Amino acid sequence: MKHTIKELEDIASQIRRDIVRMVHGCQSGHPGASLGCADFFTALYFEVLNHKTDFTMEGVGEDLFFLSNGHISPVWYSTLAHAGYFDKSELATFRKLDSRLQGHPTTHEHLPGIRIASGSLGQGLSVAIGAALAKKLNGDQSHIFALLGDGELQEGQNWEAAMFAPFNKVDHLIASVDYNGQQIDGPTSKVLALDDLQAKFEAFGWHVINTDGNDMQAIVEGLHYAKTLTGKGKPILNLMSTQMGAGVDYMVGSHKWHGTAPNDEQLASALAQLPETLGDY
Amino acid sequence: MKKYTYTEKKDTRSGFGAGLHEAGKKNENVVALCADLVGSLKMDAFIKDFPERFTQVGIAEANMIGIAAGMTINGKIPFTGTFANFSTGRVYDQIRQSVAYSNKNVKICASHAGLTLGEDGATHQILEDIGLMKMLPGMVVINPCDYNQTKAATMAIAEYEGPVYLRFGRPVIPVFTDPDQKFEIGKAWMVNEGTDVTIIATGHMVWKAIEAGEQLAELGIDAEIINIHTIKPLDDEAILKSVKKTGCVVTCEEHNKFGGLGESVARLLTTELPTPQEFVATNDTFGESGTPDQLMSKYGLDAVNIVEAVKKVIGRKKA
Ligand SMILES: Cc1ncc(C[n+]2csc(CCOP(=O)(O)OP(=O)(O)O)c2C)c(N)n1
Repeated sequence: MKHTIKELEDIASQIRRDIVRMVHGCQSGHPGASLGCADFFTALYFEVLNHKTDFTMEGVGEDLFFLSNGHISPVWYSTLAHAGYFDKSELATFRKLDSRLQGHPTTHEHLPGIRIASGSLGQGLSVAIGAALAKKLNGDQSHIFALLGDGELQEGQNWEAAMFAPFNKVDHLIASVDYNGQQIDGPTSKVLALDDLQAKFEAFGWHVINTDGNDMQAIVEGLHYAKTLTGKGKPILNLMSTQMGAGVDYMVGSHKWHGTAPNDEQLASALAQLPETLGDY
Repeated sequence: MKKYTYTEKKDTRSGFGAGLHEAGKKNENVVALCADLVGSLKMDAFIKDFPERFTQVGIAEANMIGIAAGMTINGKIPFTGTFANFSTGRVYDQIRQSVAYSNKNVKICASHAGLTLGEDGATHQILEDIGLMKMLPGMVVINPCDYNQTKAATMAIAEYEGPVYLRFGRPVIPVFTDPDQKFEIGKAWMVNEGTDVTIIATGHMVWKAIEAGEQLAELGIDAEIINIHTIKPLDDEAILKSVKKTGCVVTCEEHNKFGGLGESVARLLTTELPTPQEFVATNDTFGESGTPDQLMSKYGLDAVNIVEAVKKVIGRKKA
């Protein structure tokens, strides 16, 4: 391990502070699942991913990450800043005019760390598969990681990709699902239930693992374990249970915080729960 | 310049929500579908009163268009609701084959069109949807200008038989049209009669055109302002009549100048009455994050831009 679990938890706490401050600062954006995925992003970028912070689009010899549910950009931007891709002061520009930190991630403004635009849901798994195929053709043994929302899985393109990857033995791919059970109009179980996702992906030929996405130890171990499963003919799906709003008590578990910004009072309450560990931007 | 005032600002999407509710009360064949954006589309009143006539499809727009097309086959009048990008580009072939080519009575209702969607940024800010939809044979394309007109348009399309694309937006803007107006598909609305220039505007740009008209009046320029809410079929007659009188035209839209209202007007004029024309529209670009007002200003969609375009086109007329 490069860091202790405590160190990683501290990083995640800072990222959570950044998320609520960024969303508060522009009074828009998506705090709920950003908070829920803070532990995953910390584990990925500070422990699991083999990556360089002097960013190149190609990332030859590096592991690549693709965010399909682009609306959780705050957690990604904060993670990239603390990992060293760009200065954390730039987080203050989130969603503001002339910023590289667009509402949804984009290559258009050339923010280091981003390799494809996302925001319109359901497209990221296909892109990750494409990147994995290209690496394979180049003889590059690196891993491709992707994150998808659970509601996002209602988009049919995911299932085209889900069918393609095992059939074509795309086996350096580790896709995680942010399984928080919530989407905009309510709990996923009420909008359009996903039911037994594990059985569905297994039926398509994926190797499915389950992790607790809000337990740092579990998520680090889970992602390391996922890496050991690659190269064996099957893509890996990490069904990662998380809580929307994790870390901020009044946001936990509610779809109402999918895309709502906290007011001043709510911000203060959130920050009181999240220790500043690396210094605010 | 005729005086227009307003007492309140409302979003056009709320006009859609109110119109859908009214259409639902009038005709029990009106049904609604949504792809996980009920609140954004203001469908709550319809859902509350007609829960059995509402279908939540989840985040699956292609499926939604297909289901809507199928529902027409037993006499339903489906109104689909999602953001403009996911209502058009996302599902273009589903609309093309199952709705337009099959001539099905589906009403594709699209909110958050254009730059004024704001902070979500370019992935969500479609500026190409009018072009995409107007190119489909048989598709009616409507972009109303305020809450009242959007409400009236929503009720009118329920009574029209055939595929319709209805485009509206997110921000609150002045409510200045008649609350009891009768909406006639394909009929331009004369906002102000004038003699020096024809300003043709659609959607959120109509209020900006009125502001520009007031500024122009102070400069001694008498602008005729026409609201084209129906981009297809275009009201050729109203446009030609006005342009014959004024001899020049400025078109205004929150859309790419490629493929928008301006090009429809240019096509009409080049064949019938070649006329100097200027375009107030986005210039072949994607949008970005920012507040609606900041974006309208940065991308040249403010009253000042209309005033500038008018001065320029009048100059070309004299030359
Ligand atoms: C194609 C498409 N349709 C609709 C939307 C609007 N939208 C943004 S996020 C979202 C819900 C996503 O649910 P989920 O993946 O569970 O993410 P979470 O609510 O957990 O953040 C929707 C419908 C979109 N961005 N793209």
